[in-house]
Amino acid sequence: MSSSAVRVRVARSPRFRDPRPQRRPRYTHRVYTLSTVTLMSIGHALLGLLEAGPRHGYDLKRAFDERFGQDRPLHYGQVYSTMSRLLKNGLVEVDGVESGGGPERKRYAITDAGITDVERWLARPEKPEPYLQSTLYTKVVLALLTGRSAAELLDGQRAEHLRLMRILTDRKRSGDLADQLICDHALFHLEADLRWLELTAARLDQLASEVRA
Amino acid sequence: MIPAGSLLVAEGLRKTFGSTTALDDASFSVHPGEVVAVMGPSGSGKSTLLHCLAGIVRPDAGSVTYAGREITGLSDAERSALRRSDFGFVFQFGQLVPELSCVENVALPLRLGGVKRKEAERTAREWLERLEVGDTARKRPGDVSGGQGQRVAVARALVASPKVVFADEPTGALDTLNGERVMSLLTDTARRQNTAVVLVTHETRVAAYSDREIIVRDGRARDPERVA
Ligand SMILES: Nc1ncnc2c1ncn2[C@@H]1O[C@H](COP(=O)(O)OP(=O)(O)OP(=O)(O)O)[C@@H](O)[C@H]1O
Ligand SMILES: [Mg+2]
Repeated sequence: MSSSAVRVRVARSPRFRDPRPQRRPRYTHRVYTLSTVTLMSIGHALLGLLEAGPRHGYDLKRAFDERFGQDRPLHYGQVYSTMSRLLKNGLVEVDGVESGGGPERKRYAITDAGITDVERWLARPEKPEPYLQSTLYTKVVLALLTGRSAAELLDGQRAEHLRLMRILTDRKRSGDLADQLICDHALFHLEADLRWLELTAARLDQLASEVRA
Repeated sequence: MIPAGSLLVAEGLRKTFGSTTALDDASFSVHPGEVVAVMGPSGSGKSTLLHCLAGIVRPDAGSVTYAGREITGLSDAERSALRRSDFGFVFQFGQLVPELSCVENVALPLRLGGVKRKEAERTAREWLERLEVGDTARKRPGDVSGGQGQRVAVARALVASPKVVFADEPTGALDTLNGERVMSLLTDTARRQNTAVVLVTHETRVAAYSDREIIVRDGRARDPERVA
């Protein structure tokens, strides 16, 4: 992700835009999730929510907002465009339509292909990049919600981070001072990510009981 | 699965201290010349694993095989002979003999291996130079900085060309820059002379000097690369 994307993300954060005082988050959910479920992962998040059982469009949006969108709810338009993409790709199917028929009345169910897709997404480590913990956070919560191993997900991510850290460390050892400083800058950021991963791993039980409450 | 050609292999290690289970079915392996980081939360059993691998602590159950030889059944004397001839050690602090000068400290493993004093100290001096602390040679460990002392310790660990160096938080007492220097000197030298390194650390930047990491959790060691 380019640094400009990161800046946009910060600038859009409702905490900067909204001058009204806000309640302190009960836990980290809101801090990390305000604008963090990216377009890429909305589909996976909605799919993951469908794994528990079929839901109507409006119900799906509400569940998403509750979990991941407190400060930045989904637009209905986003839900429908995402759902029609998922339908087209065979990851969900329409399970029933309530009378009166707007798209929010459709009931969606996840397909086997959809479950596999969520599974793959959770299992695939994110490319290390600055401030990606938010996506990771979403993955961790969804893993807990869907009864998958969040600890394994965190371990996999940790291995991926360390892999990049090794590459940078190697480059640093053979490079000049500029290389060293540039690599160190990246290394310290990755280290911060890893600390977050460790801390989250250590708090998984607590998070699990909050998420499932 | 144990990778073929391992130098040091542990399987099913179990160790309890009173009612505390420090190791619970831990496994480990390292190849010649390989640097393996051992990571995990405090109290998870990392140091205990290292002590079992190095023959310092005898596990309650399980096996440790070094160069094809089961070492948990060896007598104390046999194990300490093995440690002297084949292993080197770096700890967080307090490992240098305070009454000896730095060069005498580094020469010690060679002297214990039967090398004559003069030759041992000449070699020790070369190692101090290589680790950029040649000027500490005649000082006592109490009169050098923590970073210098740690480089002296690394020199001592490597001087007798061990097959395995066991390092437990070798940078724990150092600032970032000194920690990095010690790690690059340790791993560069180890790789050059095909010495395996078992590196216990909780710092990921330190672990990034390794070829591979294993994670110890609640006394169980698992190798993320071997699970797949
Ligand atoms: N000699 C001992 N006597 C009693 N208990 C011990 C002894 N050595 C270790 N333990 C216990 O065994 C467990 C594992 O200890 P160990 O020193 O191996 O952990 P560690 O992973 O190295 O931790 P740290 O990162 O804090 O150094 C701990 O609960 C510790 O209290
Ligand atoms: Mg320890």
